[in-house]
Amino acid sequence: MSDATVIHVEGLSKVYDSGFQALKGIDLEIRRGEIFALLGPNGAGKTTLISVICGLVNASGGKVLVDGHDNVHDYREARSRIGLVPQELTGEAFSTVWDTVSFSRGLFGKPASPVHIEKILRSLSLWEKRRSKLITLSGGMKRRVLIAKALAHEPQILFLDEPTAGVDVELRRDMWEVVRSLRENGVTIILTTHYIEEAEEMADRIGVIRAGELVLVEEKRELMRKLGSKALTLHLSEPLTRIPEALAGHDLTLEEDGHALVYTYDAARQGEGEEEPAGIAELLADLEAAGIHFKDLHTRQSSLEEIFVSLVREGA
Amino acid sequence: MNWRSVKTIYVAEMARSLRTVLQSIVSPVISTSLYFVVFGAAIGTRISEVDGVSYGAFIVPGLIMLMLLTQSVSNASFGIFFPRFTGTIYEILSAPISYFEVVLGFVGAAATKSVILGLIVLATASLFVPFTIAHPLMMLLFLVLTSLTFSLLGFIIGIWADGFEKLQLVPLLVITPLTFLGGTFYSIDMLPPVWQVVTLANPVVYLVSGFRWSFYGMGDVSIWASLGMIALFLAVSLAVVNWIFRSGYRLKP
Repeated sequence: MSDATVIHVEGLSKVYDSGFQALKGIDLEIRRGEIFALLGPNGAGKTTLISVICGLVNASGGKVLVDGHDNVHDYREARSRIGLVPQELTGEAFSTVWDTVSFSRGLFGKPASPVHIEKILRSLSLWEKRRSKLITLSGGMKRRVLIAKALAHEPQILFLDEPTAGVDVELRRDMWEVVRSLRENGVTIILTTHYIEEAEEMADRIGVIRAGELVLVEEKRELMRKLGSKALTLHLSEPLTRIPEALAGHDLTLEEDGHALVYTYDAARQGEGEEEPAGIAELLADLEAAGIHFKDLHTRQSSLEEIFVSLVREGA
Repeated sequence: MNWRSVKTIYVAEMARSLRTVLQSIVSPVISTSLYFVVFGAAIGTRISEVDGVSYGAFIVPGLIMLMLLTQSVSNASFGIFFPRFTGTIYEILSAPISYFEVVLGFVGAAATKSVILGLIVLATASLFVPFTIAHPLMMLLFLVLTSLTFSLLGFIIGIWADGFEKLQLVPLLVITPLTFLGGTFYSIDMLPPVWQVVTLANPVVYLVSGFRWSFYGMGDVSIWASLGMIALFLAVSLAVVNWIFRSGYRLKP
């Protein structure tokens, strides 16, 4: 295990008493300081994986090292490095924000530090609410409190299990900002999410889990490059009934009742020493020659969502 | 030993009972005082002395014991059941603390509350009935050991229970009847011979008897039998708690 690895998961499996096998020999390395997004459909094993690493669920096999410390035999060292934000919005309903966050710090054995707690509450826009009881807070605010609790003991690693589930768009953006600033401070972040947009927006690397197996772990950029495709859409001045012979050499389709020509090309061809995506210059030249004019154009790249859906479908 | 974590749990648990002071302190004190008023001051004067002690004074140790057992169990069981019920238990399970430390925090707080309650009830009782304490140190020892043991039992129930009904089941259907039949209101000498033997199977008899001994220097069974019994209880409860954490029973799938 190198210094760059902050969590090392090896051959991790989990069979619940019901006989359900939630994890099937997971191997995973989380790099120090990265944002790692764990994607997968419901019941794929995302939460189980997090729960085993954090000590909420016993593994059936395999091992987990957190910063080099075994999470079973050396659980004090391992757990003290981790902060966990659970999926469910839980909390001591009648505690105040300040008390519950301070409790978390003490629970992890850290000396009281009002300065640190204030810093966290301010960064999560909770300072004004510090004297409010949890029961009076909205869902989004409760989620922030859970994040504050997880950060109270200054963990190096933060697990966010579906951090923005049920959170409105604005708050989700705020949350992303919080996560980014944490990363800037050197915190490693592992998040599970349903919102692919979230992974696309934030993650450095992405892991896709399906039926208890990690089917893919990849740099986000690499993943989008490898599996993504690009499309150039040309909105024509005059509609066409069919693609002219002169353009047959290009991978074109006619859409919008002949009002648009769509050229699909492999995103992977970009960046491999070619200044320009292959074929676009030729296509435009051929269009010119064929006397076809267009009034507008746009390109789009397939989103992570489409990549994800195709990955998950493959195995289904 | 992670004392800071233990202290954090302990303080939070104590704070919880202060928030609910009516329910956790005032209510048991009032209900126990009612017994003193009715059985001690009102009816007690018409009942002849038991073992040379006025009836009102005779029932003081048993009533304190009754309150101690039910309060210890319900306090401790609620203390651990509630985080399980609301889901906040995740935080305790993910914290760098040992099982022993978790128990120490929760059970320590529950037992402390029981001891405080016991002393308040004792003080209240002295307002209604005159009594003496022959062995104050032994009285305190019994108070502490009983609070501790039954808080452990409560902790076990709080982990075993999967709903509020089960949480109430043991205190209502087991502890209270055993205490009523355990010599709280009578000396077992007053029972027919057969029942005198049967009643010895009731563990609470030993607790009440030992506690009463510390007040009046006499009990239904020897003080050593009482001490042995409470030690046995304590050992069994500790063993069960140990098993719960080792197996992850109801806490860690």
